Amino acid sequence: MAKTPLKIDLRTSPYIRKAPSVPQIMRNVVYALLPIAAYAIYQFGISALALMCTTILACIGTEALFNKLSNKKNTIVDFSAVITGLLLGMTLPAGFPLWMAAVAGFTAIAMGKTLFGGLGFNIFNPALVGRAFIQAAFPVSITTWTPALASDRFIEFIPSTLALPFMKPLATAEWSQQVAIDGFTGATPLALMKFQGIFTDSYDLFLGSVAGSTGETSSLLILICGAYLMARKMLDWRIPAAVLFGAAVTSEFFYFMDPSHYPSPAFMLFSGGLMFAAVFMASDMVASPVTPLGIFVFGCLVGFLTIIIRLFGGLTEAVMYAILFANAATPIIESYTQPRIYGARKKIQEKS
Amino acid sequence: MTLFNLFGKRTFAHGIHPEEYKATTKEKATRRLPFAPEIIVPLAQSIGKPAKSIVFKGQQITRGEIIAEADGFMSVPIHAPVTGQVKSIDIVMTAKGEKAPAITITTSLSSGQLILESDIQQDYLRLSRTELIQAVKNTGIVGLGGAAFPTHVKMSIPDDRKIHTVLVNGCECEPFLTTDHRVMLEKIEQLLGIRIAMKCVDAPKAIIGIEDNKLDVLSAIKPHLPDDGSISIEAIETKYPQGAEKMLAYSLLGIEIPSGGLPSEVGLAIFNVATLAEIGALLPAGRGLIERIITITGDTVEKSGNYLIPIGTPIRYLLEYAGVSGQEIELILGGPMMGLPIQSLDVPVTKGTGGLLVLDKHATKQGDVLPCIKCSQCLQACPILLNPAELGQLAAKRLYDIMEEDFHLNDCFECGACSYVCPSNIPLVQYFRIAKTLNRERHLQDG
Repeated sequence: MAKTPLKIDLRTSPYIRKAPSVPQIMRNVVYALLPIAAYAIYQFGISALALMCTTILACIGTEALFNKLSNKKNTIVDFSAVITGLLLGMTLPAGFPLWMAAVAGFTAIAMGKTLFGGLGFNIFNPALVGRAFIQAAFPVSITTWTPALASDRFIEFIPSTLALPFMKPLATAEWSQQVAIDGFTGATPLALMKFQGIFTDSYDLFLGSVAGSTGETSSLLILICGAYLMARKMLDWRIPAAVLFGAAVTSEFFYFMDPSHYPSPAFMLFSGGLMFAAVFMASDMVASPVTPLGIFVFGCLVGFLTIIIRLFGGLTEAVMYAILFANAATPIIESYTQPRIYGARKKIQEKS
Repeated sequence: MTLFNLFGKRTFAHGIHPEEYKATTKEKATRRLPFAPEIIVPLAQSIGKPAKSIVFKGQQITRGEIIAEADGFMSVPIHAPVTGQVKSIDIVMTAKGEKAPAITITTSLSSGQLILESDIQQDYLRLSRTELIQAVKNTGIVGLGGAAFPTHVKMSIPDDRKIHTVLVNGCECEPFLTTDHRVMLEKIEQLLGIRIAMKCVDAPKAIIGIEDNKLDVLSAIKPHLPDDGSISIEAIETKYPQGAEKMLAYSLLGIEIPSGGLPSEVGLAIFNVATLAEIGALLPAGRGLIERIITITGDTVEKSGNYLIPIGTPIRYLLEYAGVSGQEIELILGGPMMGLPIQSLDVPVTKGTGGLLVLDKHATKQGDVLPCIKCSQCLQACPILLNPAELGQLAAKRLYDIMEEDFHLNDCFECGACSYVCPSNIPLVQYFRIAKTLNRERHLQDG
């Protein structure tokens, strides 16, 4: 000691930390999404694979491009763009034309994220911004569903997948009739409910053997993957819980009023993109509140709006708009839900 | 009693569970360290006014005699830690980073453990409250838990407040540190100190609060507790920052200390256990505080342990004695969550120093600061239930006044739990310290 000069480093307290880093959290979200992606590929074949690859690559490419344009540090390594791409791909129909998917990916990152200043500053969930954009731009393609478990799904693309850029995709109705195992109507359970008054069995919905977007069909799988993230404390369980709570209460209210006209809460919870959105979309940390009460209000708002739009709006799928709306409301929710601190004095005393 | 206490362990809301790192030193009995050849005694060792030196250069002094007098009420006297000669009274480096006046003493070769006893032995039982508080002040004692707040000031409770319970803080929630643990096992004078404190604040009962990682203390102390039940000992959950006054009050009694207020507002007086143990040992003998127990620990320390060290011993001497390997280290006075970083080996140990922690720089390296992703982990860690995420964002925008007015910045006691859990490595606590300092300056300017 004291022979070689000591090098002493100066920092401020605390000197020890224990937290998963941001890239670690993001990487784990990707891991949690992989089984869902695998199930989607099993259901819809290479079209689903191509679709998700396209959205991921589009997102990464866009992020890289903007990093370069703004001379910023490369932020691709934090995996957040991969998540956006993966989430986006999973909310699209399996036969969605790839060029449109690339546009969605670009929009998601460019308009949903980079425009606001990158990770941590986005007001809306980027994947949903991308999806909302193409919902408006390509309303037909985004509501064209193809049957799952088609016999040649691992060899052959769904015809619409390979549409040339700026070309109208081929109609898939005829193809769907050919490959479908039994009388496929191309309608999702939500569309059936809305336009034909047919209620799909909740059990089928839970397991995922129904038509729907690439990654949204199996509620069971989504819950298992979400549970993994929650167990690792990388997903806040309170948000999905509050969303499902809000949706259940709202739909129960209408079901109670008129069971013949309105679907049961179980149907509402397990149909469409609600479960996927509750677990993976609404829980996007950046665009949701941080205050304990705010998280609950946010989740309930998403659940409530979803049911209202589903029942009374013109669209079959509603959760996307519900989340975007709630994202926009996040700052105001937070400002009204600041936690009561330890030892807080009553307001009257404070003023004196 | 409270929601949290219904489920098993008694504790407070939020907080964190850092690894303890106490195993290496908690079994080691306190040992005395030899005198360093030179002792540096800063005149400002506590919160309040620095003491006034009453010695001159070249003066021979004896271990235990007063070398600096208290300057007013918010000040305590300083006693000579060693026998020797005053080398200089000059400006030296201190742990806080600023230079301050100190008395440097060259230790006499013959300096022994003998202490110059006070002429008056204190018959403490016959003293009135005011006299007893004055006697406490004469020992030069300050809060040994780290804050170094003059104890006699804490004991001077305003007449309109009635204290119902003295809380004795033996939590020692900082990782690595084991000084309070050793004090509770070894110093039986602590009970006398508790009784003196109870008399000073006129409280009928006292509770010793320990974390449940120190259960050996329970069996050590219980046989010595008085039969009338006025002093009890209770174990609460091992969780950081359990040893903070506000957390301790809530965990033990379910009482919240009001924001910006003192514990006496809700009938409590809270003292660190080592402080009371020293009072119990010093006051009856009429002696002053000249040494304290410090944990010297860290992965690269060869002889880690708990040492009884004369106040004013330079860090350099401690490191040489304990033996530190490794070339790139970090030195911290205190614990790893709230301790002070030190930049000079000539900094001396003072009354408030509870530990010397040597960290390997590589082991504790932290990553780059990334943007806040609003994961809300900090909200779930903050024991005061603040919103560190929002505070951090406001600090980045330099909106320090909003932090104070709307987000309770001044209720933050800088425990570091938010920084500890932040996945983006944001130095939240440091932001808050800067914000508080700037706010204070602004208020001073505004008058």
